[in-house]
Amino acid sequence: MTAPLVDIRAVSHRFGQLAVLKDVSLRIEPGSYTILLGPSGSGKTTLLSILGGFVTPSEGKVFIRGEDCTAVPPARRPTTTVFQDYALFPHMSVGGNVGFGLRMQGVDGTTRAARAREALALVGLASAFDKKPHQLSGGQRQRVALARALVIEPAVLLLDEPLGALDLKLRRQMQDELKAIQKRVGTAFIHVTHDQEEAMALADHCVVMNDGRIEDEGPPERVYARPATRFSATFMGESTILAGTVAEARDRTSTVTTPAGPVLVRSALPVGSAIALAVRPEHLLLGGAAGTASLGMARVSDVVFQGSFKRVLAISIEDPSLQFIAKLPASATVQPGDTVAVSCDTDQIIVLTD
Amino acid sequence: MRRIVRVASWVYALAVYGFIFLPVVVLVLFSLQATSFPIPPFTGPSLRWYDAVLSDTRLTSALVNSLLVASISSATAVTLGFLSAWGFARFVLPGSGLLRGLITLPLTVSYLIIGMGLLVLFNWAGVPKSLLAAGIGHVVINLPLCFAIIYSQMGDHQINIERAARDLGAPEWKVLLLITVPVMAPAIFAGFFLSMTFSWDEFVISFLLTRFDTTLPVEIWNLLRSGLNPKTNAVGSLVFAVSIVLVVLFELTLLRRRKA
Repeated sequence: MTAPLVDIRAVSHRFGQLAVLKDVSLRIEPGSYTILLGPSGSGKTTLLSILGGFVTPSEGKVFIRGEDCTAVPPARRPTTTVFQDYALFPHMSVGGNVGFGLRMQGVDGTTRAARAREALALVGLASAFDKKPHQLSGGQRQRVALARALVIEPAVLLLDEPLGALDLKLRRQMQDELKAIQKRVGTAFIHVTHDQEEAMALADHCVVMNDGRIEDEGPPERVYARPATRFSATFMGESTILAGTVAEARDRTSTVTTPAGPVLVRSALPVGSAIALAVRPEHLLLGGAAGTASLGMARVSDVVFQGSFKRVLAISIEDPSLQFIAKLPASATVQPGDTVAVSCDTDQIIVLTD
Repeated sequence: MRRIVRVASWVYALAVYGFIFLPVVVLVLFSLQATSFPIPPFTGPSLRWYDAVLSDTRLTSALVNSLLVASISSATAVTLGFLSAWGFARFVLPGSGLLRGLITLPLTVSYLIIGMGLLVLFNWAGVPKSLLAAGIGHVVINLPLCFAIIYSQMGDHQINIERAARDLGAPEWKVLLLITVPVMAPAIFAGFFLSMTFSWDEFVISFLLTRFDTTLPVEIWNLLRSGLNPKTNAVGSLVFAVSIVLVVLFELTLLRRRKA
């Protein structure tokens, strides 16, 4: 295996008394699209600032291309940042903005203009070269910021909630473009967001952060299907969570006592340990065809039609504090107030031991 | 009743504006007097006194001196004010609030006190009375002003812009010169023009700190000592005209900033 492009080793950071990063280690491969996903206050933006060189961590080291960059200032490290507010230079033309990094490297005017035009063409804004930033729309400014950061060919491109200021439709469109651009240039992108849909759509490698720690990391498909912790099961998509205790363990299965009754799971667990079971909304079955694992009865409290599916909330009869979140086909006929049997397939139960 | 109030408010407004502007109107009007005394009846209009002013080498050299002192001292004040504003806005300094208060404190001290203080200091340091000394005095009074104007406009929204420049490889001095200064240009120009205005018609400090070569307000005062003369009106009108131009430039730069 090749050496990682970025190697974050045991980084901790404090702002005054407040610990915002707690012993974070992360490796990023060349050419990958990494998403740092987490709620606000999870430390994801601080981690990005540490990568960009704007913050020096209290402890730990950051290696980029094998070099210790922990205390190297932003100007002299092979990273560039796309800021959340784009931070375009308002007094310069779009061409001047994109060419700025090359100008700082001492590239002559003609080459600079040519390369700036190339970078603008890459983001689909070839015609904006002579415009001023204030003449552009939010989405266009975003592209200019991207072109400006990419033109100096950084080893790593850092994006701080780059789509946060755009409206939903534009955000989805820019998402696709970001991914396409990343594949075309082959630069490693590290992208901070709190939007889990964005994370699933873009990431090769998804890093779920909470409270200054990495909760889970891996391909988004894996993080979604088999979340490592209760936090990542609820933050990366929704889940119904059943707290339980292991009552009986056999060779490759265990029986877990939950408020909704005993549930058989396909893993050997120590008897008596407290665990949690998570089930994704699309795997919950209400009424009709029963799955292999019964989760008791529930009263439907809410049905929301969402176009391609119905989102159903149901309260367990056995334990009113337990709420099931299910995603049913649009043709489902459940009504609020119905009492239904809840079940799922044993294979779809996620065991969380944290 | 309402009509009375309306009429009364008009009368009041006229009285206030008359009180403020009548002296200026009289000054300008009698600078156009054709005869030798700036008193009624008005005999003009005539430009003979303007002609006299412009052919008086003492007045014209004082005018040039004034322009030099005003522009150089304002440029110095605005540069120093900008650098201190940038320092206060971008770096965490111990006792920042106290230091900021100290830097703006000269705004509250009378020019007479500042002038006397500088006179004593320059005497002690062996700096002769000169235009340079007066210029330094003007920097002392205008630096706090430039600082206050520029600091108030230096918001957090520029921090990311400066960061972006650094991120793209700009050394600190290039960040300042290529990014911060152009972005802050309206406030910098506003500070410059306001300093020019104050320096241009400043009398007390110039009077105390200059001797042979002096500024226009001091020269006018010399002229006044030999009695009223339409020439003083003419030169006063010229001073006033330049001040107006400077104030208009100041307003324009600040106004453009607000629109942007």
